[in-house]
Amino acid sequence: MKLTQGCFSFLPDLTDEQITKQVQYCLAKGWAVNIEFTDDPHPRNTYWEMWGLPMFDLQDAAGVMMELAECRRVYGDRYIRISGFDSSHGWESVRISFLVNRPPQEAEFELVRQEVGGRAIRYTTVRKPAAHASA
Amino acid sequence: MLDVPHATTTEHSETQFDLRKEAEAAGITDTLQQLDQELIGLKPVKNRVRQIASLLLIERIRQRAGLASAPPTLHMSFTGNPGTGKTTVALRMAKILHGLGFVRRGQVISVTRDDLVGQYIGHTAPKTKEILKKAMGGVLFIDEAYYLHRPDNERDYGQEAIEILLQVMENQREDLVVILAGYGERMTSFFASNPGFRSRIAHHIEFPDYAEAELLVIAELMLKERGYRFSAAAREAFEKYIALRRTQPFFSNARSIRNAVDRIRLRQADRLVSDLDRMLDVADLETVDPADVLASRVFSGGADTRSAKP
Repeated sequence: MKLTQGCFSFLPDLTDEQITKQVQYCLAKGWAVNIEFTDDPHPRNTYWEMWGLPMFDLQDAAGVMMELAECRRVYGDRYIRISGFDSSHGWESVRISFLVNRPPQEAEFELVRQEVGGRAIRYTTVRKPAAHASA
Repeated sequence: MLDVPHATTTEHSETQFDLRKEAEAAGITDTLQQLDQELIGLKPVKNRVRQIASLLLIERIRQRAGLASAPPTLHMSFTGNPGTGKTTVALRMAKILHGLGFVRRGQVISVTRDDLVGQYIGHTAPKTKEILKKAMGGVLFIDEAYYLHRPDNERDYGQEAIEILLQVMENQREDLVVILAGYGERMTSFFASNPGFRSRIAHHIEFPDYAEAELLVIAELMLKERGYRFSAAAREAFEKYIALRRTQPFFSNARSIRNAVDRIRLRQADRLVSDLDRMLDVADLETVDPADVLASRVFSGGADTRSAKP
């Protein structure tokens, strides 16, 4: 199952050249670019681990790509995403976020439906154990 | 945003090139002319800059003609005595390289040992990388680069910074240009103990000392920038000043001249203020009199009399 989180996730995976362009777009807007990784890509897990510090004051995407290559070398078997943080007044939040790396075996999720009192329905997103995941 | 592949010019390689037009389009003629006008002397430096600019231009044309072209190594080392214009040329170099499209952004990150080397184990690598990331797409200017290497302390963290620098200089040649600067002899011994550095730098540029006539022109240029001018007699006095100052210790070329100019401005202001009862006109305000120059300590035995006299 192809994980769809953040921008561009319904498109084919971005090539490095395309990632460079997106990062350059973020830098041109004056956003701080971050690299984050996780082995728990549950949609409600907002807190991924950061690879190094947010990269403020960069001019060129090459610096981010250098870090991304390093992060992929170490955590190539995890999900890695790039996010752009806009620190300007009124925004002060993440403006863009997209996946740049997927593990060879993607995570599988299942939506479990549960009937509760008064016939109300409650849904839970459950991650399927890796052993049962179909390739 | 999807990348739409656009037609590349290399598909039909051209065969005829108008060199003048190419040079003008790249802004080389303008930049070099500006360099010639704004920087006095420095013949060997200008020659080398012109050569590099020519190579970059030809390289670009070769690319379009479909000939083999390898991105040239642009890392440089500037050596020379204090005040010979190393930093000034480094800033200018970034502009030239940016104009020719060989660095993408054209910013200059100017650093010294403190910015690259950490305080404790594991601090150096992130610190150096941080600086490198900021310099990507532009020029990294390392002033007094020999401080990176401390031969007396083999556990010094400077070595770690050097290794990271070398790696990036080698692998990401198209992403950034590193310029090392420092005083001649100490740079030589720095390169001797770090042969990797020497071989990765293609352009070793020597900054010569200025001649007396050049220093005078520099002084006049500085005065002009600040809205002053020498009177004829003051000019003569300043010529004498330069000749004397050069023989005295701690002479640092254009920097000494800049300091002298600043002190002359002080003395000129003082001279004007000392006579409160007169009417000033614009000429008074902008003219430097010989008295302002001749009051310098240089004429009475030296700027640093204690160490000048044995």
